[in-house]
Amino acid sequence: MSPENGKILPENDAADLNFEATELTLGLPGKSRVTSDGGAKLGNKRGFFETVDLNFGDKDCGQSQIDVQEAANSPVSNDEHRVQVEGWPPVRGFRKNAMTSCKYVKVAVDGAPYLRKVDLEMYDSYQQLLSSLEQMFSCFTIRNYLNEKKIIDHMNGIEYVPTYEDKDGDWMLVGDVPWQMFVESCKRLRLKKSSEAIGLAPRTPPKCASTTERSLN
Amino acid sequence: MLWVSRKTIKMNYFPDEVLEHMFFFITSHKDRNSVSLVCKSWYKIERYSRQRVFIGNCYSISPERLIARFPGLKSLTLKGKPHFADFNLVPHEWGGFVYPWIEALAKSRIGLEELRLKRMVVSDESLEFLSKSFVNFKSLVLVSCEGFTTDGLAAIAANCRFLRELDLQENEVDDQRGHWLSCFPESCTSLVTLNFACLKGEINLGALERLVVRSPNLKSLRLNHAVPLDTLQKLLMQAPQLVDLGTGSYVDDPSSEAYSKLKSVFQRCKSIRSLSGFFEVAPHCMSAIYPICRNLTFLNLSYAPGLHGNELTKLIQHCRKLQRLWILDCIGDKGLGVVASTCKELQELRVFPSDLGPGNAAMTEEGLVLLSEGCPKLNSLLYFCQQMTNAALITVAKNCPNFIRFRLCILDPVKCDPVTNQPLDEGFGAIVHFCKGLKRLSLTGLLTDQVFNYIGMYAEQLEMLSIAFAGDSDEGMLYVLNGCKKLRKLEIMKSRFGNAALLEDMGKYEAMRSLWMSSCEVTLGGCKTLAEKMPRLSVEIINESEQMEFSHDDRQKVDKMYLYRTLVGHRKDSPAFVCIL
Repeated sequence: MSPENGKILPENDAADLNFEATELTLGLPGKSRVTSDGGAKLGNKRGFFETVDLNFGDKDCGQSQIDVQEAANSPVSNDEHRVQVEGWPPVRGFRKNAMTSCKYVKVAVDGAPYLRKVDLEMYDSYQQLLSSLEQMFSCFTIRNYLNEKKIIDHMNGIEYVPTYEDKDGDWMLVGDVPWQMFVESCKRLRLKKSSEAIGLAPRTPPKCASTTERSLN
Repeated sequence: MLWVSRKTIKMNYFPDEVLEHMFFFITSHKDRNSVSLVCKSWYKIERYSRQRVFIGNCYSISPERLIARFPGLKSLTLKGKPHFADFNLVPHEWGGFVYPWIEALAKSRIGLEELRLKRMVVSDESLEFLSKSFVNFKSLVLVSCEGFTTDGLAAIAANCRFLRELDLQENEVDDQRGHWLSCFPESCTSLVTLNFACLKGEINLGALERLVVRSPNLKSLRLNHAVPLDTLQKLLMQAPQLVDLGTGSYVDDPSSEAYSKLKSVFQRCKSIRSLSGFFEVAPHCMSAIYPICRNLTFLNLSYAPGLHGNELTKLIQHCRKLQRLWILDCIGDKGLGVVASTCKELQELRVFPSDLGPGNAAMTEEGLVLLSEGCPKLNSLLYFCQQMTNAALITVAKNCPNFIRFRLCILDPVKCDPVTNQPLDEGFGAIVHFCKGLKRLSLTGLLTDQVFNYIGMYAEQLEMLSIAFAGDSDEGMLYVLNGCKKLRKLEIMKSRFGNAALLEDMGKYEAMRSLWMSSCEVTLGGCKTLAEKMPRLSVEIINESEQMEFSHDDRQKVDKMYLYRTLVGHRKDSPAFVCIL
């Protein structure tokens, strides 16, 4: 599992910081978290959580999970964060797949204050999806540059790269995998400002360009 | 349990045939096992007369020994991967292959008629081998299995001439676009159960209709999403005797002819007691079901996210005899209130999350409390929610002392009581204290060692315990191991239990089926010690990380450990990433 990125941690007074910073949470940032002044027991628990969470990022464990320290330092770009822990929540894979396959996915755009939802089942190809996004965020047009799908906002000249979060919690560039595979594994979409899309999973190398092109149709 | 007074009957003169006849009425596995321990002659008679065997861990015994002991075996149930495999904690190639079992049974003279598998790897070759090896084979039930395609199903359909039951529950099946349904020969008229709801691909609708027409004994039919509403209507016309129905895609225009035919055919289906499916659902078509609702005892809407609010509650208000309900959390707390006031016979409730995203879980403690107030017969619960309070759990425990299974999943796994900011120790403590028959418990929320103290003290009937993100120290795990005398399965993830707890009472594990510990504090050294001292346990270390090398540092914490008792030593089919100590 790849490390989670971009977890926002609320700044609180120092007494609470450690507890909240290291508390495993699936909640939205800024949501009122339970403070740890509920008695001596919880005070003791701070040490436990710190240790436990540091272990999660511990390379000795041989499995990468949330690395809280890293998350604390990375810039916030998402307005929604999820802690991905292997084996959590305890929902059968079969059910998870059944749920995601016919669901709407949220579409976020860097810098836009609102999200939209699209039903991926409504489209047959990347082209259709991106056209729809173009209509939704009406100031954008789609430009194909080499084999990459980019979305340009002509108003401010910013280039966006469509990305998506897959079932494993990894952020991927849209267009790499065959359309059906994308539909099955996409959990949500994000149009990232081009400069911030660096560091995502690499695209297929140029010599496979023809394969990529075919798969995009 | 059969008690024979020594004063009145002398065992020596008790004919075997009489004993055998008596044993025929003893069907529970536990009782059968007890009977076999009474004396040698009872062991012998029991062994020859045993027809059904349940093996909870396929690696605890070998097929050869099974066959040697029970030559009259007709029905075998096997379970493979540990429970946490359901949540992707066990790699696919870990094991649990059914092929060696089928091979061994085929070689023997066992007249296998029924095979029930859970969490096993089943290849097409296995299915084909199975279908050709046992003339009287009647029943195949696969639950959460994987490794096969519709080609394997085609072999079963084609070759099992007396097939009564083909029941596929939540398996991962590759669709080969073959026409497996067409492989049932015209001469096959014996089907009683046909469940292919989990198949993802298209279905030959004509073949399905013809099959149903020639299956007069069909009682249970569960369709997959590819079967549309108008086919459902045609099938029901041919099979009004159904007791258990799983719809396919339940979408149509309410003004269509198919829908109005469906409405009238539902009125003729007086026997349906169990209803599921609804993979796609048009809420305005639900009223067709109302005539069936009044007799339903089981309703599964957990794959129908399209049903909310009023449609959902209206439907439930028709289901006064419901005993088991599986639902999504779209129902909300208020919806559970409707369940509580309508379904007075309710025994089992499962509320699944409809959205795994953060902060989206819809249920809170309020729904559960409402439910407990209206449904005192509740004995089995699976509840995904956003939060829980101690007060609510205490109320629920007092209202529903009959719980046998209690599984609570707060999606934020370490969330404390939002009202008091306390851990949920007291709440779960009340559950184990008041629910004296509790056999299965899953805990979440902020939990300290204290909750395990309560569990060890009060949960006398507990057989299975699932722990995640809980406890402070080894004391917690020790409370459980020392206190729960009937514990069979213990599975722990991400909790602070280490070697001291693991090694304190090693003999305990021979009285249990298995122990799973992942992301805890046990080290390689601790596991090695255990493996050395307990030769009748198999201690497996599962290491999936990039470095395929197993570190030899005994202080290294172990990622995933799975141990189980076994009579046949270490298994020979483990993959490279599993190290058996």
